[in-house]
Amino acid sequence: MNRNERLAHFAAERAKRILVLDGAWGVHLQGRGLEEADYRGARFIGHNRPLKGNHDILCLTRPDVVAEVHAAYLDAGADITSTNTFSGTAISQADYDTQSVAREINAAAARIARETCDRYEVQDGKPRLVAGAVGPTNKTLSLSPDVNDPARRDATFEDLARAYADQALGLIEGGADIMLIETVFDTLTAKAALFGLWDAFDQTGEERPLWISGTITDRSGRTLSGQTVEAFWNSVRHANPWAVGLNCALGPTEMRPFLADLARVADCPVSAYPNAGLPNAMGGYDETPCSMETHYAEWARAGLVNIVGGCCGTTPEHVAHMKRAVEGVAPRTIPAHETKLRLSGLEPFNAAA
Amino acid sequence: MTNLFANFVIVGERTNVTGSAKFRKLIEADDYSGALAVARQQVEAGANVLDVNMDAALIDGPKAMTRFLNLIAGEPDIARIPIMVDSSKWEVIEAGLRCVQGKAIVNSISLKEGEDIFLAHARKVRRYGAAVVVMAFDENGQADSENRKVEICTRAYDLLTANGFPPEDIVFDPNIFAVATGIEEHADYANAFFNAARRIRRDLPHAHVSGGVSNVSFSFRGNERVREAMHAVFLKHAIAAGMDMGIVNAGSLTLYDDVEPDLRARVEDVLLNRRADATERLLEVADRYKGGDKKKDAAKDLAWRELPVSERLAHALVHGINTHIVEDTEAARLETARPLHVIEGPLMDGMTVVGDLFGAGKMFLPQVVKSARVMKQAVAHLIPFMEEEKQRTGMAGRSNGKIVMATVKGDVHDIGKNIVGVVLQCNGYDIIDLGVMAPCDAILDAAIKENADAIGLSGLITPSLDEMCYVASEMQRRGMTLPLLIGGATTSRTHTAVKIAPNYKGATIYVTDASRAVPVVQKLLSSDAESFVKDVRADQDVARQQFLAGQDKRPRLPLQAARARAPRLDFAPARPSFLGVRAFRDFPLRELASYIDWTPFFASWDLTGRYPAILSDDIVGEAARGLFKDAEAMLDRMVAEKWVAAHGVVGFWPANRDGDDIVLYADETRSEEIARLHTLRQQMDKQAKPNFALADFVAPPGVADYVGAFAVTAGAHEDEAAERFKRVNDDYSAIMVKALADRLAEAFAECLHAKVRRELWGYAPDETLSNQALITERYQGTRPAPGYPAQPAHTEKRTLFTLLDAPRNAGMDLTESLAMTPPASVSGVYFSHPQAEYFGVGRIERYQVDDYARRKGWSRAEAERWLAPILAYDPARADAA
Repeated sequence: MNRNERLAHFAAERAKRILVLDGAWGVHLQGRGLEEADYRGARFIGHNRPLKGNHDILCLTRPDVVAEVHAAYLDAGADITSTNTFSGTAISQADYDTQSVAREINAAAARIARETCDRYEVQDGKPRLVAGAVGPTNKTLSLSPDVNDPARRDATFEDLARAYADQALGLIEGGADIMLIETVFDTLTAKAALFGLWDAFDQTGEERPLWISGTITDRSGRTLSGQTVEAFWNSVRHANPWAVGLNCALGPTEMRPFLADLARVADCPVSAYPNAGLPNAMGGYDETPCSMETHYAEWARAGLVNIVGGCCGTTPEHVAHMKRAVEGVAPRTIPAHETKLRLSGLEPFNAAA
Repeated sequence: MTNLFANFVIVGERTNVTGSAKFRKLIEADDYSGALAVARQQVEAGANVLDVNMDAALIDGPKAMTRFLNLIAGEPDIARIPIMVDSSKWEVIEAGLRCVQGKAIVNSISLKEGEDIFLAHARKVRRYGAAVVVMAFDENGQADSENRKVEICTRAYDLLTANGFPPEDIVFDPNIFAVATGIEEHADYANAFFNAARRIRRDLPHAHVSGGVSNVSFSFRGNERVREAMHAVFLKHAIAAGMDMGIVNAGSLTLYDDVEPDLRARVEDVLLNRRADATERLLEVADRYKGGDKKKDAAKDLAWRELPVSERLAHALVHGINTHIVEDTEAARLETARPLHVIEGPLMDGMTVVGDLFGAGKMFLPQVVKSARVMKQAVAHLIPFMEEEKQRTGMAGRSNGKIVMATVKGDVHDIGKNIVGVVLQCNGYDIIDLGVMAPCDAILDAAIKENADAIGLSGLITPSLDEMCYVASEMQRRGMTLPLLIGGATTSRTHTAVKIAPNYKGATIYVTDASRAVPVVQKLLSSDAESFVKDVRADQDVARQQFLAGQDKRPRLPLQAARARAPRLDFAPARPSFLGVRAFRDFPLRELASYIDWTPFFASWDLTGRYPAILSDDIVGEAARGLFKDAEAMLDRMVAEKWVAAHGVVGFWPANRDGDDIVLYADETRSEEIARLHTLRQQMDKQAKPNFALADFVAPPGVADYVGAFAVTAGAHEDEAAERFKRVNDDYSAIMVKALADRLAEAFAECLHAKVRRELWGYAPDETLSNQALITERYQGTRPAPGYPAQPAHTEKRTLFTLLDAPRNAGMDLTESLAMTPPASVSGVYFSHPQAEYFGVGRIERYQVDDYARRKGWSRAEAERWLAPILAYDPARADAA
């Protein structure tokens, strides 16, 4: 099955059922007892600084482990698996002085994910999608790092767009089916990512559907950069997204009202992949696969979601339960909205039609 | 009438250098805070969108646009609304688009340079996610007639929509030109606009019509009332024709009906080109309105300026307004005795409000940063006065501290840390920021090199928690003593208490969020630090106990089984030298001094290390020696001049165990029970080892056994002594007095216990132990204190105090939460059995709690309240089950 057939298949599937994305990555990789030597592999054995914690580089040094995580989620029933590239831009990789291999990491990550999916497709005939994960960096375009100079920024839009373009080129080369810009806590950074991705599409002549997932950081219902859910949606709607959603920071209970806001305003498929609850006192997560199942089942029945998945603290077991929760429940109906000029600052401003 | 502007998008125009000389001058003078005030005024006056234009000869457009929009991003009450990025230069537009996270409007693009450039720009606009204003301008110039306007707009619409540009994101500006210029061709300009607007709205679905309204009155520059009348009349007709967006002065939108009828009629004649002499007729009356009072923009929004100065400061902090901060700070300074009081009073009060709002989710991050900035500016104004005061009086202003901050190794998240840094900086602290992925050694080296007052560690991801533990253990290993602050999303009070703090003897403090950072650091660096740290440590003890109680899921033994595993001891008790109580008033302080255990004394000053080795420690040795010298000198004076007094009381009673209780009798007949000590039994599965309760160390009935009790204090008059120093601003000595009193009380307990073993009870008459051996408890018997692990219920103190009549005999009392007063006090029970040992009860099950409650005569709820830290279950859940 080629990419276009696969995308067409999912376009049809999506009208019929709620799709399932995979769960957390970092925790899994941490849980495998990987040591500095694993992260370095033979290739970076003499690297000038520690690499442990640079999960993305495992795509080059321990591809077997990365493939195992994909397989665990596919076994659990995920339709979509995301690449191990959350910190795959050269900007993020620069923290480990591995920016020169950023594109290579992304290509390898997409290849591993695609190969694992292909193996499953051959086994049972069911198509699986690879989402090229594009995460935030530690550079933020909407906040100043210096109180004495609130106009200062520690990166430019162009810097970020360039880094994201480079990441996208790798993901496209490796065979990602769709692009997932996730954990958006600053919409301007997400806009830079979109800008970079389109640049990569221009360069390769290959376009990929775009999926954008924002992060509401707390109960105030705002992104870290201060936008409300609807303002965020108005800011990214120009991407004509394959799906828009929320992930990270909140557990299902806290995320629900904001998910409901998004489901109301977005005229495209809506996704949600919360954390397994808010981090508890010990840095762990308290929502069990069963308790998560209850939330997802309620969301599905309430018509809030088209795609579900898990973020921090979720496991293949969570994914198996969320699959069960949404099975047989009709996906959210995509609302038809009046054609209007929809602007935003931190808050939405919708002009009269 | 219906609201004319209900469906009209008001674009605030005052932040446009081409339309406002005032704004242009602010930008040229680099007065961006004044420029922001203009923007805020437009928003407060009701602008739906903010027009920003930096096209002026002396202004570097891309730079000014970037700077102003970045500044706006930090002003949530302005950034709330969408931005219109306005320039005739594409490079300025693109610079602006790279700074706005929201969906903006570009003003403008046009067909002036042909279709290719037009479409290229449109495509870029789309990629930046903005809507666009298209000027009615093509290769042949600007459209002035109705037909040219419609023709160009239609062509642009077709090109854009054919290339996927959403029609609802297109706003046409069919050009508003000045009328009443005296040039005949200009007379119909307003009509041309009205008619074009009508056709565009009818024929080009979803597209909008906008325009710069003030252009129309250009020929009446300097005559604001006529201009406003013209705008009001123009808007009425334009909106009726379909104009649904306008660039206007949001603060002074005059309503059509409010325009004086005669003026209105003359204006209407001009705009609608109704008579040939319309312009002359308007000019006839125009002078009458010249110099007339201008509308006072947003006067009502300045109502807060009328408040008392402290409220003005609070308002400015909460709203992040720095326009008047210097004058208000100055006004506040003149009202107070010391400049410092302005900081400690109104400014800190304002920041507390900010902290509370932030905590309650009513303010969010950029606002807090903004408030912090106002704070910093206010403080900056005060600093010269504080310096001057210092020169004049020798009285030091607030001593600021230096804090090394870092996101720990393996973690790259630093936003929270930066915010904390900013907030601290605003409060006058020096921040050494080591950035992200900071290796432990780098952090500690920097802290030592910079002689920092505290280290702040931040992290977001789970593994950072372990790294923080490592940093703490390294601080311990390197003998550091400065406070360690812990913050970040995954950190917590419990984790800090359970996992991080035990690695480090210095103060290890969890800081909930940025708003808490300042009070925490203030306390840490204040004269109150000792008691603050003590409180934190106490809280961490509670957190640890709660955690152990909550987390240890290993099964408990049933109470009966645990009792069956009680130790089986043989008893050959000694009889005390007396029964009943004996008071020791004014115990010789000189004798106590030799019993002092100095190690905790150094720890109380954050000097870690065992005495006497600490005196020669590489790092803290010098400080320890200095402190020790001061302490000894003061101790000498305390003893010689009797600054404090030591009182104690000891008692012995015939006693036998009764189950897990110990019954005390009035006399050797053991017939009259005068008190009953209630002990708790370990319920953990200790395999082959016995499960202890203190009652096990007392013989059952039939054997003539005894228990003792004591209560001692060395704190009589300690508060007065400390206060004498505080009055002369000698906090160092004030703290020293209390620390020494604490040590003397402990020494008194140690001394008295030795006396008890050798003489008063006399079960070890030949004991000769050094002070060091005493400290390590190499003696027979034990003296557990209520509230500690062997006897976790503080309530036993009540029994002891009654038995001993401690208030009368030792001048000691209990607070309602059973803390002993004076603070430098110790109490406990004496057991003499050779196998009596110190142990921890650990968590207990509800069955024992019920049993204990029955023995105490309590309700279950009361028992669960006092025993909360050691419950092996969650009472609320147990009740529900």
